[in-house]
Amino acid sequence: MIQPAAYLYLAAILFAVGLVGVLIRREAIIIFMCIELMLNAVNLTFVTFSRLLGSIDGQVIVFFSLAVAAAEVVVGLGIIVAIFRHRATTDVDQLNLLKL
Amino acid sequence: MSLLFAIPLFPLVGFLWNGIAGSRLGARAAGFAAVVAAGGAFLAALLSVAMLWQLPPAARVIEASLGEWIAAGDFSTAIAFRLDPLSAVMILVVTGVGFLIHIYSLGYMHGDGAEWRFFAYLNLFLVAMIFLVMASNLLLLFLGWEGVGLCSYLLIGFWFTREAPPNAGLKAFLVNRVGDFAFLIGLLLLARSFGTLDLDQILARAPRELVPGGTLVTAIALCLFGGAIGKSAQIPLHVWLPDAMEGPTPVSALIHAATMVTAGVYLVARTHVLYLMAPTAMVVVAAVGLATALMAGTIALTQNDVKRVLAYSTISQLGFMFLGCGVGAFTAAIFHLMTHAFFKALLFLGSGSVIHALGGEQDMRRMGGLKRHLPVTYLTFLIGALAIAGIFPLAGFFSKDEILFETYNARGPIVYLFALAGAGLTAFYMFRLMALTFYGESRLAPGVHPHESPRSMTRVLTLLAGLSVAGGWVGISFLPGWNRFAAFLAPVFADSEPIALTAHHGEPSHGLELALAGVSLAVAILGILAALQAYVRKPAIATRLRQRLPSFHALFERKYYFDDLYNALIVRPLFAMAGLSYRWIDVGIIDRLVNATAEAVRAGAMSLRAIQSGYVRRYALVFVLGVAVLLSLAAR
Repeated sequence: MIQPAAYLYLAAILFAVGLVGVLIRREAIIIFMCIELMLNAVNLTFVTFSRLLGSIDGQVIVFFSLAVAAAEVVVGLGIIVAIFRHRATTDVDQLNLLKL
Repeated sequence: MSLLFAIPLFPLVGFLWNGIAGSRLGARAAGFAAVVAAGGAFLAALLSVAMLWQLPPAARVIEASLGEWIAAGDFSTAIAFRLDPLSAVMILVVTGVGFLIHIYSLGYMHGDGAEWRFFAYLNLFLVAMIFLVMASNLLLLFLGWEGVGLCSYLLIGFWFTREAPPNAGLKAFLVNRVGDFAFLIGLLLLARSFGTLDLDQILARAPRELVPGGTLVTAIALCLFGGAIGKSAQIPLHVWLPDAMEGPTPVSALIHAATMVTAGVYLVARTHVLYLMAPTAMVVVAAVGLATALMAGTIALTQNDVKRVLAYSTISQLGFMFLGCGVGAFTAAIFHLMTHAFFKALLFLGSGSVIHALGGEQDMRRMGGLKRHLPVTYLTFLIGALAIAGIFPLAGFFSKDEILFETYNARGPIVYLFALAGAGLTAFYMFRLMALTFYGESRLAPGVHPHESPRSMTRVLTLLAGLSVAGGWVGISFLPGWNRFAAFLAPVFADSEPIALTAHHGEPSHGLELALAGVSLAVAILGILAALQAYVRKPAIATRLRQRLPSFHALFERKYYFDDLYNALIVRPLFAMAGLSYRWIDVGIIDRLVNATAEAVRAGAMSLRAIQSGYVRRYALVFVLGVAVLLSLAAR
């Protein structure tokens, strides 16, 4: 059996990759994907601890999290598509209409 | 409800009606409403005075109260009217002449475009004036006093799109404030001394509670006279009245000749008990009156604007009234007030008819020879001029003669001679005006075709001319038993009978009175003849006189430099101070403080603005760093 620590390391790496992606990429789609990555890294952590502690709570939370993430994907992608139609780009650095 | 309240109610309703709905009603309806309102007030006044007449002479007082107005501690004031012979005379003059002038205005203001506003103001003026003359306490009188001042301001500046009228209105209002301030101090002194401003109580208690000739009563009398000086345009506050001629001519006739400006005389007569207790104040009243009469009379000699001549004439005649008050001849002063209201209203309306006929021309140098073109105006104007000059048997003769006679009795021959000179001046400048306007060669501007005024105007002129002829017959003082006017007013001035001034001259004889009447008549005729000689027969005389005495002419023409003096002493320093405080305090300190605050906020905002870069990724970075810091703190 693989050590629980390995799952946690994997989760941490995934989270870090997602975080760096959010910070350095400019494409809204990529940033969105990185956020999903971070979300799922956390889900993985939850499942790991659920198994480790023999409690069902972590898995329940993951279900909630997945459901919310699904809804969030719908809204987020919808916004990005709308922006793309409007501006012909999804570069977040150019989405600065509110700036003085 | 007493009938007395119906008198102001009519014009009040007229004012509200025209003020609210007038602009939608159209000119005819507005004028009609105003005339009906003024006529209703006149009718109510007639009925009220008839009721007063029914009472026995000693008990001729009608009082009516609407209840309490102001109550503060011990002090309380009622909204109460009081009709006695003095206010009866005033109310008839105010509503009667007011009614006639309303009718005249129908023709004069025709086609102005804002008749409803004019008539609304005119009605409001009547309300305030009625309050002034019928108030039973001085506070209500003061309300009317300020009310007529407001209407005067509004009506002088009636043609507010031109430059001069609003300024003239402002001048009238501001100059009157000076007098009103003195009036207010007088009221406060009275309220402190008596605890009430009720006229009845003050006049009854004053002889018992104030020291005759004392400082307090003198101060009160002088303060009240200060108000009278402002309202009645006496030296040194006379400067507003000539400028007030910028208003429409019916306004000049009603407010600035017949009624409002006589309010000062009425005030002094109303509070005569106080003046009789303060001989110093009496001397001041007489001196100011005489000086004003002479000064205004000489200025009138040199003016070329027909309305300004009449304005100075008004000031001069008001001076005569104050002279009458100052020598204790209150009856004569009120008598002159009444006859003056008739013939001066007539003269102003006549000049309005001339101005109307010439399409707005007021300069007498561009008139002349109008006798042929305006027969009705000419005849009525002639009657008015003869009346004011004091020709027997017209109204002005009796009233002015009585003042002159009383002056002789009270102050002796020297003062009398000065007053007589004033009367001669009156005759001279009036017939100078007649000569320049109606006689001689026509000097009309080319293209001006004079036409007689509409009948609504000429009929009023005729009526007023009738009053100017017959108005004096009610008070023929040198025929025993014929002085009905004095007998009517006697209950009001009963306590002024033992005037100390006449004591050392003994009982005035009727022979002397007749002789003095003859003298003043002779002086008046002399003045008229001199004016006709100098301005019709040989115009060269006037020119030569002007060249011989350039300094006098300049003095008169520049109105004794009063305006220049006030400009130099008050107006310009005030403007300079205002300019300084604007530049230093307003711009230099206040504006700078405000701007500095705004500048500081702006600079702070600009530096903080750098944070708001608009880059989402930078926000995310800050967010992550923040979380990292919080986590590291939590982990510790």
